[in-house]
Amino acid sequence: MKSSRLSDQVIALTCLLAGWWLVASFVSSPLLPAPLEVFEALSKEFREQRLVESLLVTLQRVVISFVFAMLLGGIVGVLMGRFRFVNRILDPILIILLNIPALVVIILLYIWFGLVEVAAVAAVIINKLPNVAVTLREGGRMFDHELEEMSVMYKFSVQQKLVHIWWPQLFPYIMIATRSGLALIWKIVLVVELLGRSNGVGFQLHLAFQSFDVATILAYSLAFISVVQLIEWFILQPLDRKASRWQKGSSHV
Amino acid sequence: MFEFHVEGLTLSQRQILSALNIKVNSGETHCLLGPSGSGKTTLLNLMAGLEQENVEAIGGETRRANYWLPHKPEIGYLFQQPRLLPWRTIMQNLLLVEPNEEIVLKLLEEVKLQDYVDYYPSKISLGMARRVALVRCLLLEPELVLMDEPLTSLDLPTAREMRVLIKRLVCDHPTRSMLYVTHDLEEALELSDSVSVLGNSPAQVIYNSRIDAVSRQELEMLLKH
Repeated sequence: MKSSRLSDQVIALTCLLAGWWLVASFVSSPLLPAPLEVFEALSKEFREQRLVESLLVTLQRVVISFVFAMLLGGIVGVLMGRFRFVNRILDPILIILLNIPALVVIILLYIWFGLVEVAAVAAVIINKLPNVAVTLREGGRMFDHELEEMSVMYKFSVQQKLVHIWWPQLFPYIMIATRSGLALIWKIVLVVELLGRSNGVGFQLHLAFQSFDVATILAYSLAFISVVQLIEWFILQPLDRKASRWQKGSSHV
Repeated sequence: MFEFHVEGLTLSQRQILSALNIKVNSGETHCLLGPSGSGKTTLLNLMAGLEQENVEAIGGETRRANYWLPHKPEIGYLFQQPRLLPWRTIMQNLLLVEPNEEIVLKLLEEVKLQDYVDYYPSKISLGMARRVALVRCLLLEPELVLMDEPLTSLDLPTAREMRVLIKRLVCDHPTRSMLYVTHDLEEALELSDSVSVLGNSPAQVIYNSRIDAVSRQELEMLLKH
């Protein structure tokens, strides 16, 4: 079952590559490089030591923004889900934040605070935070009332409630926010870098854009997509499996 | 002896209970018989001291919402549904209440579940989950056990088994009292030392007696009433 799913994925990717290669050789223009040219650009960036460094810089920004957005958005969201009056107060602010274009936040923060790292990361956090809050608000609303009563009757400590009752109930929502978060955050980080930083993948894309170097643009995109996919395979999916042991699979541990 | 007294109870501004007085002697089992929908679960939640939305009780020590005399007993509440944490194994569920693994295992042996310690609740039957919940309740070493129809939705043999367990572990315990809520006459006759019947609307105690001083026909009549 698992191996057939893997082979499906390989077939799909191969078809995509073949299609890309066919169209590229038909068009035969530097504006649509063939897969091979893109891989050449990738290895050139790697040899000249820009690729890894840029990826690391961007990844660092992604991680910092992600952690802060999840923490702050998560706390705000759960409080809004649990307490109606918090929700009443924060809901209008949340709607405003959800609807401000990412670009406006980035530009405003750069204008107000200058082209500095803090402004860049803060812009990403502000863009992501409302999504996390909205998702985790649903999680907070879905808390099981019966388990809550049980925990009162059986004298659970706050720590026990946190670890054994609240966290497991929030976990699926945290995973949703994490997945959509990673995808959204790294895209915004690139914009932030393009507009006001002098390193990172976004900056390299900026350089490539000025010389219409499509091969390099695609090379960096592929590189970062791979990084996100690795995070999905080696961090998120194992976490998912560990957390859902109780739902399916073997009858006991 | 524990005495519970409330002047009345309203649910969403509709009165569902009139003034009510229930006495449970220490070491004895008192059965509260009443038809479905007579507010038995709401009443039990109030006795347990749980906050309930839209429920207002009259009387009691208003600040601390205690309706028990002389003082609020240590209560173990066996809910109608087992309410185990689905993401924790049987053992993990119980260790949250009693950290000593030996004590937990000993009680699990009493209910013949010692081989299921590593199972998740979704992998065991409802009857087994109820037994786990019973163990969890007893781990608190309560002075008073509240039980809310613990045999509902069990098939006959499983229900009989559970009834035997309850009788052995709770009713036969020398100092442990129990308030057992049910609409099933058989359970009341087998388990209780004394019985109250709830009736009318808003509900009130329409009958109260020692179990050996009342006949089955009489109770049947009262329940139909």
